[in-house]
Amino acid sequence: MAQSPALYNYQVVRQFTVMTVIWGVVGMLVGVIIAAQLVWPELNVNEYLSYGRLRPLHTNAVIFAFGGCALFATSYFVVQRTSHVSLFAPRLAAFTFWGWQLVIVLAAITLPMGMTQAKEYAELEWPIDILITLVWVSYAIVFFGTIAKRKVSHIYVANWFYGAFILAVALLHLVNSAAIPVSLFPMKSYSAYAGVQDAMVQWWYGHNAVGFFLTAGFLGMMYYFVPKQAERPVYSYRLSVVHFWALIFTYMWAGPHHLHYTALPDWTQSLGMVFSLILLAPSWGGMINGIMTLSGAWHKLRDDPILKFLITSLSFYGMSTFEGPMMSIKTVNALSHYTDWTIGHVHSGALGWVAMISIGSVYYLLPRLYGKTQMHSMKAVEMHFWISTIGIVLYIASMWIAGVMQGLMWRATNADGTLTYSFVESVKATYPFWTIRLLGGALFFSGMLLMTWNMFKTMAGGQAVDAPVLKAAVAH
Amino acid sequence: MSDFFSSFWSIYITVVSLVSIIGCAALLWLQSSAKHLPGQTTGHVWDETLEEFSNPLPNWWRWLFYFTVIFSLFYLAMYPGLGSFKGQYGWTSVGQYDKEINKTEEQYGPIFQKYLKQDIRTVAMNPEAKEMGQRLFLTYCSQCHGSDARGAKGFPNLADKDWLYGGTPEDIKTSITQGRMGVMPAKGVKPDLSGEDIKDIANYVRSLSGMAADSIRVHRGKPLFGSACAACHGAEGQGNMGVAPNLADNIWLYGRSENAIIETITQGRMNQMPAFGDFLGEAKGHLLTAYVYGLSQGGFNESEKAE
Repeated sequence: MAQSPALYNYQVVRQFTVMTVIWGVVGMLVGVIIAAQLVWPELNVNEYLSYGRLRPLHTNAVIFAFGGCALFATSYFVVQRTSHVSLFAPRLAAFTFWGWQLVIVLAAITLPMGMTQAKEYAELEWPIDILITLVWVSYAIVFFGTIAKRKVSHIYVANWFYGAFILAVALLHLVNSAAIPVSLFPMKSYSAYAGVQDAMVQWWYGHNAVGFFLTAGFLGMMYYFVPKQAERPVYSYRLSVVHFWALIFTYMWAGPHHLHYTALPDWTQSLGMVFSLILLAPSWGGMINGIMTLSGAWHKLRDDPILKFLITSLSFYGMSTFEGPMMSIKTVNALSHYTDWTIGHVHSGALGWVAMISIGSVYYLLPRLYGKTQMHSMKAVEMHFWISTIGIVLYIASMWIAGVMQGLMWRATNADGTLTYSFVESVKATYPFWTIRLLGGALFFSGMLLMTWNMFKTMAGGQAVDAPVLKAAVAH
Repeated sequence: MSDFFSSFWSIYITVVSLVSIIGCAALLWLQSSAKHLPGQTTGHVWDETLEEFSNPLPNWWRWLFYFTVIFSLFYLAMYPGLGSFKGQYGWTSVGQYDKEINKTEEQYGPIFQKYLKQDIRTVAMNPEAKEMGQRLFLTYCSQCHGSDARGAKGFPNLADKDWLYGGTPEDIKTSITQGRMGVMPAKGVKPDLSGEDIKDIANYVRSLSGMAADSIRVHRGKPLFGSACAACHGAEGQGNMGVAPNLADNIWLYGRSENAIIETITQGRMNQMPAFGDFLGEAKGHLLTAYVYGLSQGGFNESEKAE
């Protein structure tokens, strides 16, 4: 082997890591704003800043800007380090960074202007969709190119999940965003599908955006950062195999549970429901494998705030993947659908799982990317953990109560069969819970501000370093 | 009734679904019978420290997985899911809907039916009917007309004595069951009105109900009103029931300011009350009519007090 001092490509990892935190702050700020708009409708000052336009901005910013940057950063870091080679096609990797940032900026401009495909989590119009496709294909080339030139015979489990996430998201994006363009400015297009087919394609996409973007990708993160931070081997290789294949196979079927009791044919609804139930065990497989990795090292949880973030995220993951299958059962769905329960469920996944695992991973990454051993202030990390946890609990608990209350109010009838409550009465009854939710969201957001401060302090005291590529000799 | 064009698709869905569900169980079964070395690693190492234990699948987790598979197969035997196979229970969502509707119709129908035989004026005086009518109103009408029925911009006030389409029980019933469509064409019947002309007319219109207006514009606006607006609104702007609203009173659906009136003339107005007849059915339509009729009847409150 040549003695050239080959280095891992940390440049693109650093860029994505920093932007993860920045976009996290932006996306969650928009979330706090729209939560406040529900409590004080006067805050809808004009059409550009109205709830209807800011809400997709919030979801796009937290999922694709915050979550997306976290996935790019960690996958580029993990795939290099577990393949024992530097990143394939580094210039293409640089393009994915700048291309993705452009997508986010365009989203932040076009969504408040009201340009939208009106498909949840796929609102961005066709020119941006084309840019996303270019970035994503480049991402796949960089990622799988790195896997292809790896210096170890086996592919580490984290990379299975990252790989599945990259392939599935490409497929989902291409199929769901298929549209006939009408004009470039204002950006406008019409979906390639009509009626109930359009709805089905949308929720096939929507649920798999959850399954692959927000689950498989972050499980990849989990499989690297949990064993690394815990300094323990992954609990069970066999469990990884079973839950990986079962998860990526089953998720593809679960979309119809978003369309219970609609014009979607009964048979499709039933299949969506049963596959959502089957999804419980494969989802829990990931949770078990992550949490049990800590067995024999539980004491580390006591004084390692990064591990607290990682393990708590797995608990929330387990909780929301139990809640999900339950909510997919038709009779439960009849109560929960269209209520704030759904919002609570989504945020127990988005804040509890996605954000917490990302935050933990970023706290692991940052010092290593800037030539340090730990963050500027570990006390701030500890504080961030508690602020976030309290924030999430307030958020989820208030939305549970609000959701069940709304569901019960909507179906309550008088002795003459008329509805006991008009819709606006259920809105009025929800105000206290929206206020608690706002408080929870604001707490979580303030944790992100603390993280931003900690990040810049860490960066200021260190300098960007690229670690040398590991010699392949360790592999058997 | 089938969701499929040919039996091929039904068979296709059935086969793919069953193979997939049983495939999950097969994957689990095959993998759990693989060799395990509990407490030992697989021997692979990545990135200096990453290793994996060769622990077996947790038993409780395995059985949870099997249970969901078995439940799914049972569910698909009982409920529609495998192509056009109807399931043992013969359940359909449409069937469930019809059943619930029939049941409620049976249970609550007579309560409403009893008022159908009575005259609307009589029903409007009945306090129990008023309560039921109000509940219907809050469910179906309050979104636009407000929970106090006083309306909002573009949505008429139903609690006063002013009516666009008539306030008799028959008129109100027609409005509710068949809906109404109101159109004011832009610039009335004179599409060549200039911006200044419109401003003149707006001032004249304001003067009709005694509101402050520029007297020169009022003077100029009067003949313009005659040619552009009077055909529908009448020479004195007193309106035409069911055709055009009275402009000489204090009731303004789209606002009384000069700007609002200019907007109305310049862009025209189009408004619709949706038809609720088929949706509500005869008995509920009757009761709701009585409630709305009662809102504008002064005597109603007295009868309530008397009780």
